[in-house]
Amino acid sequence: MDAILFLIFAAVAVICGLNLVLQTHPISSALSLVGVMGSLAALYLLLGGEFIAAAQLIVYAGAIMVLFIFVIMLLNAGSEHRVQKGPWVKFFAIPLLVAFLGLLAYVVETVVAPGEGVRFGGFTQGSALDIGKKLFTVYMLPFEVTSVLILIAILGAIVLARKELD
Amino acid sequence: MLPQSVPLSWYLALSAILFSLGVAGFLYRRNVITVFMSIELMLNAVNLSFVAFSYKLKQNDGHIFSFFVMVVAAAEAAVGLAIILTVFKNRQTLEIDELSSLKN
Repeated sequence: MDAILFLIFAAVAVICGLNLVLQTHPISSALSLVGVMGSLAALYLLLGGEFIAAAQLIVYAGAIMVLFIFVIMLLNAGSEHRVQKGPWVKFFAIPLLVAFLGLLAYVVETVVAPGEGVRFGGFTQGSALDIGKKLFTVYMLPFEVTSVLILIAILGAIVLARKELD
Repeated sequence: MLPQSVPLSWYLALSAILFSLGVAGFLYRRNVITVFMSIELMLNAVNLSFVAFSYKLKQNDGHIFSFFVMVVAAAEAAVGLAIILTVFKNRQTLEIDELSSLKN
């Protein structure tokens, strides 16, 4: 059951990721990215990360993607023109891709020690309670620094977007 | 025949595939906004391996790291989209090949 769920959501994520790269219109790419984020949230749930799955859906698929879609609509972005690549791209792209993925799979298989696999329910420290306890004790300083960072980012965004250049 | 539990390497392989797709989009696409979305895809792929290793090590530190990555991504998206807005106001284009004033 775990493997079936993993394969379904992994397939959705990879197909949506491919669609992001291959589509020409930014809106199609944005919707594919929402698909990737949704299936990743389901995979986080399978890994026992309840809090991070909810944050993924609310922050990423909710807030950040809405920001992207707002900007695409505001700028009225159209389809992009394809640039013609050189002949060597067509010749080398597929073999290089296969070699790269094979190397990657080999490294992952050798580096990761074959222990017990991932089971739903095998990890129970991902709840909001446990994350919150650690976030406000061990990771207190990084948390506060990030809040200052995001405040500066908001101010910077306002200043940049309002500036009238000539 | 499917295994009873999912090996950790499958999650890492999925993360690597999504990261490579992000790199491909970053290099291949010609629209600033789509290039930006490819960066978000790469950040998501890294988050997945954080959470997977967090399962492996039985610690929730990886979850907190990926939470911080999300916050930084939100800040980056806000500033980056404001920059794109300003660039579009001044240049009326979103093609990255035409935005080459730093070249000379």
